[in-house]
Amino acid sequence: MEKRVTFKGWTLPLLLVLPQVVVTAVFFFWPAGQAIYQSAFIPDPFGLRTQFVGFGNFIFLLTDPYYLASFRTTAVFSVLVTVVSMATALWLAVMADRIIKGSGTYRTLLIWPYAVAPAVAGVLWLFMFNPNVGLVSWYLDVLGYNWNHVLNGNEAMALVVLASAWGRISYNFLFFLAGLQAIPKSVIEAAAIDGARFWKRFWTIIFPLLSPTTFFLLVVNIVYAFFETFGVIHTITAGGPRQDTTILVYKVYADGFVGQDLGSSAAQSVILLVVVGALTIIQFRYIERRVHY
Amino acid sequence: MSGMVEKTGRGLWLTHLGLIVGLAFICFPIYLAFVASTVEQQDIVRPPMPLLPGDKFYENYRDALLSGVNAPVWRMLVNSTVMALGIALGKILISLLSAFAIVYFRFPARKLFFWLIFLTLMLPVEVRIVPTYEVAANFGMLNSYSGLILPLIASATATFLFRQFFMTVPDELAEAARVDGAKPMRFFFDILLPMSRTNIAALFVILFIYGWNQYLWPLLVTTDPSMNTIVMGIKQMFPSGDDLANWPVIMATAILAMIPPVAVVIFMQNLFIKGLIETEK
Repeated sequence: MEKRVTFKGWTLPLLLVLPQVVVTAVFFFWPAGQAIYQSAFIPDPFGLRTQFVGFGNFIFLLTDPYYLASFRTTAVFSVLVTVVSMATALWLAVMADRIIKGSGTYRTLLIWPYAVAPAVAGVLWLFMFNPNVGLVSWYLDVLGYNWNHVLNGNEAMALVVLASAWGRISYNFLFFLAGLQAIPKSVIEAAAIDGARFWKRFWTIIFPLLSPTTFFLLVVNIVYAFFETFGVIHTITAGGPRQDTTILVYKVYADGFVGQDLGSSAAQSVILLVVVGALTIIQFRYIERRVHY
Repeated sequence: MSGMVEKTGRGLWLTHLGLIVGLAFICFPIYLAFVASTVEQQDIVRPPMPLLPGDKFYENYRDALLSGVNAPVWRMLVNSTVMALGIALGKILISLLSAFAIVYFRFPARKLFFWLIFLTLMLPVEVRIVPTYEVAANFGMLNSYSGLILPLIASATATFLFRQFFMTVPDELAEAARVDGAKPMRFFFDILLPMSRTNIAALFVILFIYGWNQYLWPLLVTTDPSMNTIVMGIKQMFPSGDDLANWPVIMATAILAMIPPVAVVIFMQNLFIKGLIETEK
């Protein structure tokens, strides 16, 4: 795609792109390059010199049980966050779509949690489930269940999943509702005339027609769970207990800033870079296919 | 005909009921935080906490805003506002200029520049966090607004969006401007900018929320409590060790941290939805 009509001159356009070029070069390409460079070195114990190790950091990481465990944790966490938030959002969107009067009100009431920062969401859920003062943990205790996510890894995982999924419902709801409203009513009415009940209509017509939206949300939610949930993890569990909620992004931070293991942290950054790259390609491929339909 | 697929009678009420249950699930954590911000510490540390607001609203919010725990919350609100506005406006400004350049000019390295944009599209700051921190530290940007803002505007998503929009602007407008002998910047300010108004506003809403809700980056670059942003400052209010957290003040801060972005979403709902769908699709 090119414009037919353009203005003349070289200096003006170069001046116009200059601010962006400078900011992006200094704060994007230089650090990304540094991450790749540093990933090939390990600092000596005194931090005075670094030693070239080639792919050593990567080989170490990919054979390190803690790193592999973090990969597994991230996979479990992302799948759970994606499934919980998308299923809830789809359920709400299907209901909101069936209502003519007042669906706007429900939409307004359902979308604003989008604006709540993951870190704030973390604090809210931490408050409800705090083993000492939390309201939910108190009621669980009444029911005979002793909730303590500070000690129990599965409970910690459940809590960070709930807090992360909760913050994502609004977003998914908006896209599902838009997708549902784009389905021609005549198609659904035709099925209704044929006597198909609601759930039958849902699984045989609505859900398949919604699949582009679902696929798009799947990718976006996985990216969200991978990268944007740092605030939730940091506020609720700080990666614990032990390593049970240390997702990959949290490990980059913990190893780089808390553990000061720069080589390993840089290598982890590079691995994440590859993961993001793969997800981006999947997304672009998919969008392209949709455009050419 | 509509009766076939739209619920009436009992089914309609069940649908409403389902939505209300969903709403309750979504709103409950925030409601509980609000209640906690209006009661005394004593009410919270002896569970179960009350489910209706108490009468300490004024005291708790005053304590939070004026003294806080490490830094007064008004200070953190100022920092967050500067950061969010800086990210939103800064990114829009540099993106408008460079999108104008790549769409309306033919200049050397234009293609290269365009591909660099693609490269930055989806790489979040979380991934390049350690080296970016080193760069900011080397420039002496720790505990400064430029350190909070600049690294987060270093991506070209907005440039890409403005490029897409400029491509849809009819060629006749630029043609007419050129025939009239208008300088490129004149065309930019008098025609292109007014036409982009809604796009700019929609992007502003999304970027403001993005900037306000940043957590990891402010956590690293602001070691001085008076430079903390509110979203990252809440966690800093929890005592380390066994001391009891000051829950009413912390929850008041959490509510204060939510108000600006939530207000933006509610009052600019249509722009917000437009921005969301355009930045993602």
